Amino acid sequence: MLEIKNLHVKLQEEEKVILKGVNLHVGAGQVHAIMGPNGSGKSTLSYVLSGREGYEVTAGSATLLGQDLLALDPEERAAAGLFLAFQYPVEIPGVGNMVFLRTALNAQRKARNEPEVSAGEFLKLVREKAKTLKIDAEMLKRPVNVGFSGGEKKRNEILQMAVLEPRMCVLDETDSGLDVDAMKLVADGVNALRDAGRSFLVITHYQRLLDHIAPDVVHIMADGRIIRTGGPDLALEVEKNGYADLLAGVL
Amino acid sequence: MQSARADAAARLADMGLPGRRDEYWRWTNPAPFMAEAVPEAGAFRADTPIFADMPKVRLVFTDGVFDAAASDDPRLAGVEIARLADAPQWAGAFYGSLEASGQAPVRRPFAALNTARASDGVMLRVTGRAARPVHISYRQSSDTSEAILHHCVKLEEGAELTLLETGTAAARANLVLEVDVGAGARFHHIRPQGRSHGHRVYSAIFARISAGALFKSFTLSMNGRLTRNEAMIEIVGDNALAHIAGAALGDGADGDFHHDDTVFITHGAEGGESRQVFKKVLRHGATGIFQGKILVQPGAQKTDGYQISQALMLDDLCQFLAKPELEIYADDVKCSHGSTTGAIDETALFYLRSRGVPREEAVSLLVLSFLADAIAEIDDEAIAAEILARLQDWLARHRG
Repeated sequence: MLEIKNLHVKLQEEEKVILKGVNLHVGAGQVHAIMGPNGSGKSTLSYVLSGREGYEVTAGSATLLGQDLLALDPEERAAAGLFLAFQYPVEIPGVGNMVFLRTALNAQRKARNEPEVSAGEFLKLVREKAKTLKIDAEMLKRPVNVGFSGGEKKRNEILQMAVLEPRMCVLDETDSGLDVDAMKLVADGVNALRDAGRSFLVITHYQRLLDHIAPDVVHIMADGRIIRTGGPDLALEVEKNGYADLLAGVL
Repeated sequence: MQSARADAAARLADMGLPGRRDEYWRWTNPAPFMAEAVPEAGAFRADTPIFADMPKVRLVFTDGVFDAAASDDPRLAGVEIARLADAPQWAGAFYGSLEASGQAPVRRPFAALNTARASDGVMLRVTGRAARPVHISYRQSSDTSEAILHHCVKLEEGAELTLLETGTAAARANLVLEVDVGAGARFHHIRPQGRSHGHRVYSAIFARISAGALFKSFTLSMNGRLTRNEAMIEIVGDNALAHIAGAALGDGADGDFHHDDTVFITHGAEGGESRQVFKKVLRHGATGIFQGKILVQPGAQKTDGYQISQALMLDDLCQFLAKPELEIYADDVKCSHGSTTGAIDETALFYLRSRGVPREEAVSLLVLSFLADAIAEIDDEAIAAEILARLQDWLARHRG
């Protein structure tokens, strides 16, 4: 599904190097978690994959289903099946949630030469998905993320994911700012989307999210590299001992 | 009527025409409004008809002359409709009166000129709740036409009217609207100014708002070489409300775009609420001007005055000049003003693009987001939807 090879990234405006050779292979249907201390490059990896400006790839590659992601604009990456759930979803006053989501869905479908979804079909689709995520109809009518609580914003991200049906979902610290109940709702939403044709890359500081979204593979990232890869036990080890021991062995 | 015109001519002779040294004409050159020859400007044919399916009484002016054949039957329950030439008695006494009182403390020479020389206009006296909006529809057939139109609206106590004003009256136009909103009356004014790129338009609204009354005016300006929209609003009765809003979009690549909103709101009574919400979207060297003043007179306690002017610049070549002014002579009031100039928010743009929305479409969505507060000033949802559709048309034509 997602293949990252020797990815080196620096900030465009500065000499600061952030990713120093990331290698990652996420198979179809798999859930991978990336953990790591602050400043290790986790969020940068998610931004570079989704095409945010301000970063320069100096070496390496990233492909999604064999397609060179790095050669595409952000909207083309989305149409190719990539989705980034933001750590801080953006508020867009004056643009209705439904208008935004339908514009996005139809833009993606158009890019893939698929027929656009009519207003009626779309309404049915969204209502159905919203119900399973416990998002009420009132929230759908409001402007994108405006006046939403932290939990509502994250659920809205998962709703977008459910409607857009991406192949590769990157969740950037989706658990940050959520209480236990809200985290459970978000995790349930993600779990409902798990299937053999869809993969997840879950970026998090803490093991607790992984109690709810069980990963197949756990990676530890530090100083712009993946320094260890293991099974779910690796996350438990971090939770128990912190990052210090792991880092001491490598840095 | 003749004496009102003569008085206006005398006022104009006394004050003279404005020059660049005038405080309120520093950023907008008044010369094109005065030049002998009318510069060419073709009618704006790219527009799809607006308010086409809405029930209304349409009054058409072609090149500044009332066009009875193209207009609807001007009979509407609760509203007396007449032409300037056939002005009824009330209009004879009213014509020019708000323009005259609106000449202080700032002179409005082009409005005086309008009162002195207006060739046509609509006189509306509203005695009840108008069942349908009155729609003044401007059409243009000559590329070098000039129009000086003067409309008067008098809402009696408790009356209600929505006035729609669409299109461009002429290649060069001078439009004055005097509105007297009686106690408890409600007046809604929605004015989409569709322009071709050569149009030069001066407009002035003079409004007097009585106790418990509501006045709301929204203007959408798209294109136009030179636009100066003035509004002089005076709250004279307690607990009255005056909202004035504007959304302007200009693309300098189509020809020069210079858009100036100059507003003066006077609070002369207690408990008044005023809002000024002005937004301008500028690209390719377009220029936006906002001069907005709130004057709170002694005794106008519990006034709530708010003013915001914002420009969204789609490139680095544009300019936005703003002059917010507050002058307050009462001690128990709430007044605020703000002005911002900014570019498209890159984080929001990335967010939209990451969901698959192409860059140009994402920019359009963010422009609509920027204008939302101004459009929210339109109470009628159907009218707001039509304004939004018009905006989307413009944005679709100006991508890339």
